Amino acid sequence: MKIIYQRPESLTPATNTYCPGCGHGIIQKLIAEVIDELELRTKTIAIAPVGCAVLSYNYFNFDVTEAAHGRAPAVATAIKRLLPNRIVFTYQGDGDLAAIGTAEIIHAAARGENISVFFVNNAVYGMTKGQMAPTTIPGQKTTTTINGRIPEIHGYPLRICELLSSLDGVVYLERTTTSDISGILSTKKAIKKAFLQQMENKGMSFVEILATCPTNWKKNPLESMKWVKEVMEKYYPVKVYKNPSGTEK
Amino acid sequence: MKIKLLNGCEASAEGAISAGCKFYAGYPITPQNRYPEYMSERMEEIGGIFIQAESETSSINMVFGAAAAGFRSMTSSSSPGISLMQEGISYLSGCELPAVIVNMNRGGPGLGDVTPSQADYFQSTRGGGHGDYRTIVLAPWSCQEIHDYTYLAFDLADRYRNPTLVLGDGLIAQMYETVRIKPQKRRFAKKPWAINGCSGRKPNSLKSLFLTPGVLEAHNWKLASKFAKIEKREIRFEQYWCSDSSYILVSYGTCARIAKEAVQRAREEGIDIGLFRPITLWPFPYAQLREYIKNAKKILVVEMNLGQMIDDVKIAAANSSARIFFYGRPGGGIPDPDEIYREIKKK
Repeated sequence: MKIIYQRPESLTPATNTYCPGCGHGIIQKLIAEVIDELELRTKTIAIAPVGCAVLSYNYFNFDVTEAAHGRAPAVATAIKRLLPNRIVFTYQGDGDLAAIGTAEIIHAAARGENISVFFVNNAVYGMTKGQMAPTTIPGQKTTTTINGRIPEIHGYPLRICELLSSLDGVVYLERTTTSDISGILSTKKAIKKAFLQQMENKGMSFVEILATCPTNWKKNPLESMKWVKEVMEKYYPVKVYKNPSGTEK
Repeated sequence: MKIKLLNGCEASAEGAISAGCKFYAGYPITPQNRYPEYMSERMEEIGGIFIQAESETSSINMVFGAAAAGFRSMTSSSSPGISLMQEGISYLSGCELPAVIVNMNRGGPGLGDVTPSQADYFQSTRGGGHGDYRTIVLAPWSCQEIHDYTYLAFDLADRYRNPTLVLGDGLIAQMYETVRIKPQKRRFAKKPWAINGCSGRKPNSLKSLFLTPGVLEAHNWKLASKFAKIEKREIRFEQYWCSDSSYILVSYGTCARIAKEAVQRAREEGIDIGLFRPITLWPFPYAQLREYIKNAKKILVVEMNLGQMIDDVKIAAANSSARIFFYGRPGGGIPDPDEIYREIKKK
């Protein structure tokens, strides 16, 4: 008998509390699989955000600390500087990274901190039940934009990869999607590349991952995946924004 | 033993280094700019980490990360910057992480000015940020003391896994005095709770979020018993001529040093007065002050603010028949010994 599939060692057996169809479960499993494959579990330190993913310290089977809302890149900066041989990553949502934590992510990127950042963009505040996020798409209905986001009133969404691509401290920058199997597989590849970059000590590796939030979008899981593909991927192009020199795309 | 001529920022920084501090993050703000400047050189020399952060918010969260990883770490700032750090200090206390924060108190509110002040007493002694917590607060009055108490602050922070404040001011930050440097600390207690990679052990996690019913309350009761222990064990104060005086002046920090000169002069003129000086502002020496004011008729509280520590003096004097007076100079004002002497005579 041969084992062809099992829970990665980097995930605890805990049942996660994410909603059905939520992207976090998929993405955290991908991170755990990559950490197993690279044999990094006992060297890895994760910084959990404020938002739905704060509970990831119950699911990741390695050292995890929480951080105040948006401050994960500052926390990660200190840990990585003091423990340069460990693998340090932040896992942040769009409210955490692109609203309250913009100063922290931009300056950690500008300093070229040698950390990996996994930015989960689902265009809405999840844990607080569906308010407009900095990445909410024009026209998208949320509990604070009940008639849809109107840029003239609510401002325009932030495109984080495009924003960070001008910073020299970021060596690898890619936006991926989880709207289908091939998107999920390339997300896993990007996560792996981010960790490999960190092991090279070159600077920040950053992966933005487009993800679903069926509960707050008021869509079922299948409709949600379709919405990521048809709406989010149009506004947030899935591609490599910055590739480390000397590596293949 | 090394003796050096240092200002308050440098003296405090050397105290931190003697105590084994390996990480400093800070942001420029007057009157403590010498602190990050000095640390940028010294951290490189000792193989520690210095980071000039993009804000005080970021500084304190870097300190959070360093503390989480198990390193002795600190930041310094002045009042407006300390206000920005309150979120982080609350998280440090909630996650039970040790760290040292030096506040060179300046005049407020708002941007205020850059002169010495004690207007941050409430903020320092009542937790400062959200939630039910306290920070240990040490108030030095000389460059030697800020050196010694910064060193002590690291030991207290580690012992109780709680943030500890050193409360100086613009005066102590900028004046130069000779300082005897403490020998380098080399032995440290282990930190099995640190997040530094789970090799050979189960994973650690640090958190202040407890959503399961009852768990947060239990966590808060646990913090409460720790705070009670600190109140029992860590009170520090000084008193001069209080045992036989019917008139007690209460003051702390550099203001107490100014007041001491006035008290001495009054005594030379035959006034029956003593000086009581809390060194830990939290825990406040209530019982000790109560003892010294047992037979007092008058108490004069002198502060560089509109009257904040006086609340604690009133708590200590709850059963006393002594009349309590206040003399203070709010942000922008610094008393001199002459005016305090005049106040002593007036009351």
